[in-house]
Parts: sequence; C-alpha cells; structure tokens
Amino acid sequence: MSSQAMAVETRKNLDPNDVILEVTDLKKHFPISAGIVFQRQVGAVRAVDGVSFQVIRGETLGLVGESGCGKSTTGRTILQLYRPTEGSVRFEGQELSTMSGNDLRQMRRRMQIIFQDPFASLNPRMTVGSIVSEPLQIHRIYSNKQERQQYVEALMEKVGLNPYFINRYPHEFSGGQRQRIGIARALALEPSFIVADEPISALDVSIQAQVVNLMEELQDELGLTYLFIAHDLSMVRHICDRVAVMYLGKIVELGPVDEVYDNPQHPYTQALLSAVPVPDPQVEENRQRIIIAGDLPSPASPPTGCNFNTRCPVRFDLCFEEPDPPLIEVRPDHYVSCHRVT
Amino acid sequence: MSVLLDVKDLIVRFYTQEGTVYAVNGVSFELEEGETLGIVGESGSGKSVSSLALMGLIPSPPGKVESGTVTFEGRDLLTLKPDQMRLIRGKEIAMIFQDPMTSLNPVLTIGTQITESLKLHEGMNTSQSRKRAADLLDMVGIPDAYRRLDDYPHQFSGGMRQRVMIAMGLSCNPKLLIADEPTTALDVTIQAQIIELVKQLKDEFNMAMIWITHDLGVVAGIADRIQVMYGGRIMESGSSHEVFGDSRHPYTEGLLGSLPRLDSSGEEKLTQIEGSPPDMRNEPAGCPFAPRCDVREHLNLERCWDERPPLETVPNAGGDETHVMSCWADIREGVA
Ligand SMILES: Nc1ncnc2c1ncn2[C@@H]1O[C@H](COP(=O)(O)OP(=O)(O)OP(=O)(O)O)[C@@H](O)[C@H]1O
Ligand SMILES: Nc1ncnc2c1ncn2[C@@H]1O[C@H](COP(=O)(O)OP(=O)(O)OP(=O)(O)O)[C@@H](O)[C@H]1O
Ligand code: SF4
Ligand code: SF4
Ligand SMILES: [Mg+2]
Ligand SMILES: [Mg+2]
Repeated sequence: MSSQAMAVETRKNLDPNDVILEVTDLKKHFPISAGIVFQRQVGAVRAVDGVSFQVIRGETLGLVGESGCGKSTTGRTILQLYRPTEGSVRFEGQELSTMSGNDLRQMRRRMQIIFQDPFASLNPRMTVGSIVSEPLQIHRIYSNKQERQQYVEALMEKVGLNPYFINRYPHEFSGGQRQRIGIARALALEPSFIVADEPISALDVSIQAQVVNLMEELQDELGLTYLFIAHDLSMVRHICDRVAVMYLGKIVELGPVDEVYDNPQHPYTQALLSAVPVPDPQVEENRQRIIIAGDLPSPASPPTGCNFNTRCPVRFDLCFEEPDPPLIEVRPDHYVSCHRVT
Repeated sequence: MSVLLDVKDLIVRFYTQEGTVYAVNGVSFELEEGETLGIVGESGSGKSVSSLALMGLIPSPPGKVESGTVTFEGRDLLTLKPDQMRLIRGKEIAMIFQDPMTSLNPVLTIGTQITESLKLHEGMNTSQSRKRAADLLDMVGIPDAYRRLDDYPHQFSGGMRQRVMIAMGLSCNPKLLIADEPTTALDVTIQAQIIELVKQLKDEFNMAMIWITHDLGVVAGIADRIQVMYGGRIMESGSSHEVFGDSRHPYTEGLLGSLPRLDSSGEEKLTQIEGSPPDMRNEPAGCPFAPRCDVREHLNLERCWDERPPLETVPNAGGDETHVMSCWADIREGVA
C-alpha cells in the first residue's frame, strides 16, 4: 500500500457508512505509441499517478489544480468512463474497478457527471424532453410515456426550467439554461453522487451564481454528494466542504476548505492561492504574491523526487531523492505531501 | 497628466443575416497618459468590439462604425486611411489578444515575427532587429532568448506564447497597449506571472493600458480606473476604489454580490442576478439591464423601459466628477 493510502487510513472517528466513495492509490496512465505500421508503446502519460481520498456522504469535495494536472481524468476514472491502470475505487461499498457489464450499468445509475461545456455536451438534434428522459429510457424506467413526461416536467421545474419548453432544442436556450438541462439529465436516475467537471467555467459571471445556488439547493434537498472540479478557487471555497489540491497527477494537499485556504501548508497550494486575484483593490494593493516560475512539467516525464521540485521556491536536497514525499496528516484532517512540512 | 485617448459616442453595428447586432451603443471615455483602464463586462457586452473599433479593425462587412470619434494625440483615428492607421497600429498602439495562437503566424519563427515589425516601424536591419528581439524575449522572461528566436510558436507553452505576444506588443515602445483578455486562457499561476510582468513593464515604459476582462479580480489589482459594460453601453465608470468600494449601479452591485471571495469562508448564499444576458439583436429603447434589474422592480420604475439613462456623475459623488453611471435610480437613497 502506498503512503498516500496509509495516510488516508489514519482518518479517525469515521463511521464506514459515511464514506460514499473511497479511492485508493488510483492510477490512470495513457499509453504513448510510436511507429507507422506497428504501433508500439514508447511511454505513458501519467495523468493520474496514485491518488487516495475518501468522499463523505452529503459533502462536496473540491478538486483543484492547474490545467492538465489530472482532475478530469480522476473524475472519469472514478466513474469507470476510463478503466483504472491500477488502484481501487469503492463506491457505496462495492469495488468498481473490477466490475463490468450489467453490474456496472446498475452502479452507474447512482453516479452521474455534469460537464463543463453545456454547448458541446447536449445533442443539438434532440429536444430537451428527450435529452432529459434518455437515461430513463436506457434504464427502462417509466415505460408509460405519459408518466415519463410528467417526471421530466417535474425535473425541469426542479432545476428552474419552464416545462413549457419541453419540446425545444438546446440552441434555443442560453448557456445557463443549457447547464440546467445538463443537471436535470444528471438527476433523472436519482443518483447519490455527482462529478461536476467545471460546471460553471463556460458561463457568464452573472449566471455562475444561479447555477451554484441551484446545485446547493439540490444538494440540501436530495442529499447529493459532489466531487466539484474547478479552476475558480474562490468558488471552490464557497461551495466545498473539503478540497484536494492536485499537481501532476498527485494530491499534494487535502483538508477542510477553510483550514486549507487560511493555512495552506504545501508550497504549491501557497503559490496557487496567492495567485488568485481578489475583487477588492484595497486587498490587492497589500497582497504578497508568491510567483512560481516556469510551467507544469509534462506528465509523460515527471521529475524524480517531489513532482514540484522543478518550480518549488523552497526546495532542498531531499526533494530530488526518491521516494517522493508521502501525504501525511499535519493537523486534524489536513494532509500535506512535502518534506519541508513533514 | 494629459489626455492620450478620447473616445466619443462610439456606435458599432453588425449587419448579419440574422439581423442587425447592436454591438456598441454610444460609448465615450477618456484615457490619460500612463493610465490603466480596466473594461469589465460579460460575454457579448461589447468590450472587444469597442477596442477593435478604435484600432480600425472592425471587419466590414458585416460590421460598420456608425458614428463616433476616436482622438489619439490630436488625430481622429476613425478618419485615417488604412495605411496611415497601419503605421499607428503596432508602433503607437499595440494590442494583445486572448489566444496568442490566432495572432501568431504558425509557419513563421518567433524571431521573424518580432523583427518584421522592428524593421517596418523602426527601420532596423536584420542583425540589429534580431539583437533587439532577443532582448525583448529576455525581458519578458523567456530563457535562452537568442536561441529561441528560431523556434516556431507551437514550440512554446501557452504562457510563453502570451509572453512572446507581449514582447511583440512592446517592441516599438507603444504609448498605448490594449490587452483583450490576455490571461483568460491561462492558469492562475501563469496569469500571476504575466500580470506582474505587465505591471513592471508598464512602469518602465510609462505606457497607458486598456485591460479587457470579465474577471473583476484581475482588474482590481491592475487598473486605475474601471469601466463596467453591459449591452454595448457603459453602466458605471470610476476609479477602482469607487467602483469596487462604492458601486452605485444595480448591475455592478449585482455582479460584485454574486462573486464568492477567496479570503472569507463562503457560508452565505450568493446573491444572484436573475435572467440572462441580452440578445444584442434588439436595441433596447431604455436601459439594457431593465429586464433583470431588481431595483427597477422594487421601485417600480417605468421609465427604465423606454428612456435611456444618461451617463452622469453619481449622486453625492464626494466631489469627484470621474465617478459616473447610467441609471435612473440612486441605490444609496433608494429613490429615483
Ligand atoms: N484520453 C487521453 N489520452 C491521452 N492523454 C490524455 C487523455 N486525457 C487526458 N490526457 C492527458 O492527461 C493529463 C491530465 O489531463 P486532464 O484532462 O485530466 O487534466 P485536467 O486537470 O482536467 O485539466 P483541465 O483543467 O485543462 O481540464 C494531460 O496531460 C492530458 O493531456
Ligand atoms: N464579426 C461579427 N459579426 C457579427 N456580430 C459580431 C461580430 N463581432 C462581434 N459581434 C457581436 O457584437 C457583440 C459584442 O461582441 P464583443 O466581441 O465586443 O463582446 P465582448 O464583450 O468582447 O465579449 P467576450 O467576453 O465574449 O469576448 C456580440 O453580440 C457579438 O456577437
Ligand atoms: S518536497 Fe521539496 S520540492 Fe516538494 S514541495 Fe516540498 S519543499 Fe518543495
Ligand atoms: S436605469 Fe432602471 S433598469 Fe437600468 S439599472 Fe437603473 S434602475 Fe435598473
Ligand atoms: Mg479537465
Ligand atoms: Mg471579447
């Protein structure tokens, strides 16, 4: 078992029934092939490279980090849209990574995904009614057409869409309304867990609050659990209970949001949070930014030692030695992977 | 300080098959030498079109600058011939865009692209311009700059390409730099690098700057003055302290209220602006924000629908005439 996994094992006082999802040492590597006639594997993109965490029923766990750090791949591998290269995903007590066929299909009813781009993720030739009811048809729920229509109308109402528009097409709706359609569709099978992959990034600022408020209301009402993937660190603080910071396929810091935001321990988290602009000139005038130089290294050839050692402002000898720093609990429920801290 | 740029009553429309798009509907503002103006607003509010118009870059057809004057150092840019305008673009006014790949030529080396403008505007020869291009890349923090002159755009990361764009923009020491969402496509850590760089270079070159963004946080840190746009019009404008600390327009107020804060725990519900942004194919007779405005609804203001509120000094502005807004109501007093 990896050190990340062991660290999470140490979480105390948790009723195992409270854990809806348990991810252990999860890896997803995409092969890189070369050759014109005979394709052979010459390497791998280590998109997700050993992450472990738990999600508690009813909470929102945020997943943040720079573009390409592996957030979406983590979400999709949990849902088994990508099959893991290694590691385990236990959802509501059942192991998904070895599940297939009808068993997996049944489990998928309980877990849904909302995508970033409400424009690209909806079939332009389907009406809202058929988009929202498609999952019901696939799973043969409500064979009675009229009952199904009533259910879809109720769902539309729930997400703030006028059921009167049930026969309209996606292009007739605004971005925020399209995201509501995506949410209604995700809710159709009454899931308990939703991966929201950048659900508001493509929306106008004035519309983002509408969608976030809706997600929070639905969570309270239906007891949903969210994995909320986002770039917007301010929104993550608002909506999430806990947050996991990813860097190059690994979790570098994990803890309750206020704890992590007010008291970040990992040098990457510190730099990331200090880089976020705050809409207040008075605050901005007095802010000390930690500017980290350079770009994210390629996940096809991550550095030896700590993944962050190419950019870390406080690196030292140990950071270049294998193995990389383990994720260790530094305060109650607050985990950090850095030799400086632990 | 003296006025560098004076835009008056700019109106821009697009005549498309789906009808007329009323993109910019009477925009006026001034910019002083060395000043940074932040233009904020949602998608489609007319930010890019107004800045393209003052650079003479509106594609026509379908676009047309219907009226307005753009006075830059005493000349009206809108009346210049295309080749006169070309001399000003790049030399005196430079522009950087959101996606550097659309403005960098993928088949030319970075060096060729920077030296081209140095040869055109500064009359340098090849070795002089290569030396200067390398200095510029070095200045924007590209390691091993001289060698990288011979690389193509795709060999640079997104953040580095944006640095190259900045180097190109600054190559002829412009008096005005227009940056249209230059960091929107970048990660926050890279955005912070670019913003620090631009701030530092701006002071060095004493440039004026227009920074266009939908991110209110970004302009809070960088702009002297903020202009809030909605539906092709200016809703509110003032110093950044006035607009953020003493916002008077219902739209500005709504936007600020809907933003969560990084620096405080987000217990309360976000206040949301109802409805969706306007369809720019209709020219509203009154205030473009009227369909979504809760102040109008509260005060039952009928005139918002059919009379355009003028852009005027806010009531009780504390002696400062530069804080202006376009609204029939006074939200501080709750009266119209
Ligand atoms: N299907 C795939 N095949 C090969 N490589 C992939 C695939 N999907 C993702 N990757 C690579 O895996 C890494 C992680 O990608 P991922 O999409 O998970 O990042 P992300 O954190 O969601 O980024 P973003 O914030 O840009 O959405 C990237 O280097 C990406 O190029
Ligand atoms: N070439 C064009 N043809 C037709 N309409 C156009 C054209 N360019 C812009 N428009 C329209 O003009 C209006 C203003 O667009 P503009 O690009 O200025 O918005 P913006 O504020 O920059 O938005 P964004 O934040 O999305 O960049 C929009 O309704 C847009 O659809
Ligand atoms: S382990 Fe070393 S390189 Fe990695 S974050 Fe900590 S100090 Fe920096
Ligand atoms: S003019 Fe009327 S509709 Fe427009 S912002 Fe003011 S109160 Fe609202
Ligand atoms: Mg992603
Ligand atoms: Mg624009």
